[in-house]
Amino acid sequence: MDLYEHQARELFADHGIVVPRAEVTGSPKQAREIARRLGGRVVVKAQVKTGGRGKAGGVKLAADPAAAELTARQILGMHIKGHIVETVMLAQPVDIESEFYVSYVLDRADGRFLAIASAEGGMEIEEVAATRPEAVARVPVDPAEGVTPAVAARIADAAGLPARTVDVLVRLWDVLVREDALLVEVNPLVSTRDGQIMALDGKVTLDDNARFRQARWGDEADAGHDPLEAAAAAKGLNYVKLDGEVGIIGNGAGLVMSTLDVVAGCGARPANFLDIGGGASAQVMADGLSVVLSDPAVKSVFVNVFGGITACDAVADGIVRALDTVRLTKPLVVRLDGNNAERGRALLDEHAHPLVEQVTTMDGAASRAAHLATTP
Amino acid sequence: MAIHLTKESKILVQGMTGGEGMKHTRRMLAAGTNVVGGVNPRKAGRTVDFDDRQVPVFGSVAEGMDATGADVTVVFVPPAFTKAAVTEAADAGIGLAVVITEGVPVHDSVAFLAHARRRGTRVIGPNCPGLISPGQSNAGIIPADITKPGRIGLVSKSGTLTYQLMYELRDIGFSTCVGIGGDPVVGTTHIDCLAAFQDDPDTDLIVLIGEIGGDAEERAAAYIRDHVTKPVVGYIAGFTAPEGRTMGHAGAIVSGSSGTARAKQQALEAAGVRVGRTPTETARQVLAVLDA
Repeated sequence: MDLYEHQARELFADHGIVVPRAEVTGSPKQAREIARRLGGRVVVKAQVKTGGRGKAGGVKLAADPAAAELTARQILGMHIKGHIVETVMLAQPVDIESEFYVSYVLDRADGRFLAIASAEGGMEIEEVAATRPEAVARVPVDPAEGVTPAVAARIADAAGLPARTVDVLVRLWDVLVREDALLVEVNPLVSTRDGQIMALDGKVTLDDNARFRQARWGDEADAGHDPLEAAAAAKGLNYVKLDGEVGIIGNGAGLVMSTLDVVAGCGARPANFLDIGGGASAQVMADGLSVVLSDPAVKSVFVNVFGGITACDAVADGIVRALDTVRLTKPLVVRLDGNNAERGRALLDEHAHPLVEQVTTMDGAASRAAHLATTP
Repeated sequence: MAIHLTKESKILVQGMTGGEGMKHTRRMLAAGTNVVGGVNPRKAGRTVDFDDRQVPVFGSVAEGMDATGADVTVVFVPPAFTKAAVTEAADAGIGLAVVITEGVPVHDSVAFLAHARRRGTRVIGPNCPGLISPGQSNAGIIPADITKPGRIGLVSKSGTLTYQLMYELRDIGFSTCVGIGGDPVVGTTHIDCLAAFQDDPDTDLIVLIGEIGGDAEERAAAYIRDHVTKPVVGYIAGFTAPEGRTMGHAGAIVSGSSGTARAKQQALEAAGVRVGRTPTETARQVLAVLDA
């Protein structure tokens, strides 16, 4: 789960990292009051979980409380890379002397966390990394040792950061470990004219696998604001809405991704990603079908299951029982292979629903579902 | 021969007495796997009856190894206890730990993988279906009845895509199929398996299945170019998948790769790997190479 900037800021502050004074609101009127409390002049920052806010006009300086209200009104409701701005953070401006970049990120290839730091922080860090890699230090962190002050000193030294950043580097590692984060990034980390080291902007990604031992964020759903995704999330389904016309239901993330590709290769566009996982009970199938069918863009549905552990007759039984509770309004193409496939196919044949047809190969079934969705 | 797992492998199951452990131990035994014991400190000294086989339960991995000469452990314990289970297995000096458990916190995986590396224990997984050398042994949850022994080696991040390709090529058969798992960090990579298949006299051709995210496939492509002389056929899933959540700037800085399916396909093709557009077409490419 990605955190909003203001949530990351709160975490940093809890771990003793200096951050600017700031408050969050979704109301322009409150923005004016907040600006007054913060001394009048404020930076108004869109709270969205994506980069490129500055370039999109989502970060603006306001000279006084009236301007803060006006600016908040402009930014709230803005679309930034598909995200709608629902809240803004108002922060006290900081007198910046220099800007740095620091992060801890999982290095998948190495299986360890990597400290990345540069004395050239700011918006263009990716470009710096690409064009002048020597300006970006990369230091692997031994998981057994962690970032001690000595390790932090090595990181600061490698990146050419002032020794005063060592304390922040140690505290950021604390954030990473204690909060079960996969990414902690501060860009920029600044040194102010009055000599403070301050985290001006932050990005934190938490490990969803660690939710069982991280009570702080509760069950706050990370789902988008798409109503279908919200409905699916409420039923515990792994569903992502896409912009096509063929509804997709399958088992296993890899096979479902592959199914999307094969449907796209047949000239139709997948309407969604839905992985019903290994269990695939009748209830899960009914829930999945009802979510997929409630998408008005869907013209046909492709159920693609390879029974490994899952038994295909259980899947077929799930479909048959789902059809008792969900009114099928669009053609359903089913491909069952693997464990108990013959019995599964026979079950569906016996049921003989006029809108359900079976195709025995994945490519053939994808082609059929694509044809049904694209032919008027 | 096969890789990492043969009919000589003696297997312990950590978490054997739990629901998943019981179900899959029964399946492993049915596939002819030599399961020599389970591990559960609270049930040490008992035996569990699997149809015609009595499998003893040991109090620790070390005890189980002493008593049976086990060299492989398959881990089914819940996510909160996985780190302790793998650490214990590595401390006991086991050669291979196959971690099936899904949902292990990444910080735990990073810690036990580093520990296992230091101890010389190979880890496959976590969050993987395990591996099977058909006709010899099955360590994990891959269905044993899809296919037969043969001369194709397969390595994949995805469980169901592995099953799909095994099914498509069921009449040819496989030396070993390894599901390395889809978690951000895993103990055994595509490259580890490519190296082992290259050295395995019983493998003639390698199938490599990848998917979007990370740069493991790009690295595998570079390895194939420089070190693999056996034919490799690839498949990548995720061309139409939505752009995943961003990992800040740091992700791109680390890998220098976009992680897209297209980038992976291009990297593999540049290394001389034929890449199929669908699982079925991938299987046809394999047949074409074998017939050539």
